[in-house]
Amino acid sequence: MIQRIRRLGRRGCDLFEALGRAGLFLCQSAVGVPSREGVYLWVRQMHFVGVLSLAIVLVSGLFIGMVLSLQGYTILVDFGAEDALGQMVALSLLRELAPVVAALLFAGRAGSALTAEIGLMKATEQLTSMEMIGVDPLRRVVAPRLWAGFVALPLLTVGFGVVGIYGGYLVGVDWLGVFEGSYWSNMQASVDFIDDVGNGIIKSLVFAVVVTWIAVFQGYDLVPTSEGISRATTRTVVYSSLAVLGLDFVLTAMMFGGLA
Amino acid sequence: MKRSKTMELGVGLFMLAGILGVLFLGLRVSGLAMQAPSDTFRLEANFANIGGLKPRARVTMAGVTVGRVAAIELDTDWYDARVVLEIDDELEGHLSKDTTASILTSGLLGEQYVGLSVGGDPETLSDGDALRDTQSALVLEELIQQFVSNMVSD
Amino acid sequence: MSDTPFVVVEGLHFARGDREIFRGVDMTIQRGGVTAIMGPSGSGKTTLLKLIGGQLLPDSGRVLIDGQDVHRQSRRDLFTMRRRMGMLFQSGALFSDLSVFENVAFPLRVHTDLPEAMVRDLVLMKLEAVGLRGARELMPAELSGGMARRVALARAIALDPELILYDEPFVGQDPISMGVLVQLIKRLNQALGLTSIVVSHDIKETLSIADYVYVVADGRVMAQGTPEHLDVDRDPRVSQFVHGEPDGPVPFHYPSLDFVSDMLRTGDSR
Repeated sequence: MIQRIRRLGRRGCDLFEALGRAGLFLCQSAVGVPSREGVYLWVRQMHFVGVLSLAIVLVSGLFIGMVLSLQGYTILVDFGAEDALGQMVALSLLRELAPVVAALLFAGRAGSALTAEIGLMKATEQLTSMEMIGVDPLRRVVAPRLWAGFVALPLLTVGFGVVGIYGGYLVGVDWLGVFEGSYWSNMQASVDFIDDVGNGIIKSLVFAVVVTWIAVFQGYDLVPTSEGISRATTRTVVYSSLAVLGLDFVLTAMMFGGLA
Repeated sequence: MKRSKTMELGVGLFMLAGILGVLFLGLRVSGLAMQAPSDTFRLEANFANIGGLKPRARVTMAGVTVGRVAAIELDTDWYDARVVLEIDDELEGHLSKDTTASILTSGLLGEQYVGLSVGGDPETLSDGDALRDTQSALVLEELIQQFVSNMVSD
Repeated sequence: MSDTPFVVVEGLHFARGDREIFRGVDMTIQRGGVTAIMGPSGSGKTTLLKLIGGQLLPDSGRVLIDGQDVHRQSRRDLFTMRRRMGMLFQSGALFSDLSVFENVAFPLRVHTDLPEAMVRDLVLMKLEAVGLRGARELMPAELSGGMARRVALARAIALDPELILYDEPFVGQDPISMGVLVQLIKRLNQALGLTSIVVSHDIKETLSIADYVYVVADGRVMAQGTPEHLDVDRDPRVSQFVHGEPDGPVPFHYPSLDFVSDMLRTGDSR
């Protein structure tokens, strides 16, 4: 019994130590003035993290918008309220689905790649050798990736939302025959730029920080073996998905749930 | 370091697309209009009951949107609701003093909005004036109660 | 060339978790020579290099490089100090997203403001020294192990360091590239007046280029001396290592129970 409690205690200590390490890591690498070279490295990572994730995010957004529209229509038509379709599609996309689904896709597509890439650099001693050359890998390798993630995910989320609303329009208006004017005007009457679009973007910013942070830290902190890399990649996806869903609840409660 | 022009172009386009996306969400989806906040004027109206009226609800006249609800607060002198309306500037000096405001519902389940209808008074309303003649929101429970008590008294 | 030692290691203690890796290591490494550190696998030779390079912090003891304590430097000073050191990693550790040319140019670009033409000249010079000028446009993934190590060597000498640390330079090389590397280390040491520390367990190759040898085992320096002196040393551990005998003072068996009693413990499935 005492042994179990002790083991629990040790787990707790380990957890807090890891959290502390991760926090320190974030501060050391994300803060600082970028050099010209740093800006270029950031552009490169934006390409890997952002541009290359664009296809999967947009295609998913289109399909989710279409499904929402289809499902929403079958329910709303029972109440004769199919005019509110645009409102339903836009609100559910902007408030919830775009930030959350884009973040989950981002964790799977870009987060795991970041972990594996940095992990491989660690396993092949590239990080150590960089340090020996006198270059801080936190600034050279980690910082551009972190900032690329911070910027890319909100942009991807916006893309997801736009494409999703358009997908909803395709199904609702072109296929199911909702009146086009009411699709847009109902949407415009109910969507508020600050409350809905703004809060959605704030959500995706928070998710961007958390997912990129987890991915990069898992890569930097892993055991440098092939098994370590595969474990860390899995951990990145699991932890960031859980963090995104959990934080989503907290953020939603704060933004829309009347909790100040 | 070798700088790939296509990569830079790709990232640039990506960021541009993101900004355009935000614009789309602002203009097309949330219906933000590019207008300065100065070209509205304010009117006040007291309602006995506002039902489910929310700030930023539409204010219409003959079905045309002419403004928005700016604020809703409790008037502690009369214990009723004071609603501040922001009305398009071009209507200033055209609404008669006896204009009525009523809280209406769009459709059976739709959102609530304020409808204005003009009276015949030659004097007109200007910024900060109050609307005297108001009609509260219909509250379903009260309607039913009235209906039932009428039945009983008959 | 002065007679003051370039690197001094004093009373170094280092433990990883519960395992003590070093229990008081002392070394003096002379300027301008090739010093070999040898020892069986797992004796912490690479750890020792990392301690010298300032990547790990010892539990006690100190490392002086040119009179400066490596572990008492601020992060900034340590990075400045590392410009005077080159390190060749076991795997080469080339940056996989940069070409051979860019890998060698990397230290020059981050530490100097040289014009592009000069960087090019310097890089080609270093690549010429390792015989890979023709391979400059290749990516690290396209290189063989030996070539990767030579590129890494070119990168390590890009800034003309005073001290160069080799971590297992001969491991996993075919005889030809092994010979090339041996030649290169020796030639570079003479041509550039470097101080070299070679960590290795390839006895023949290492002894052929070393001026002085330390044998590390069991957390201590077990033997030291010039290659000629070392061979005749009669410490049984050193002799086992140098002659490559499978069993001896360094046991063949991992520490365990007596074999018979272990077999007879039938109650416990493990």
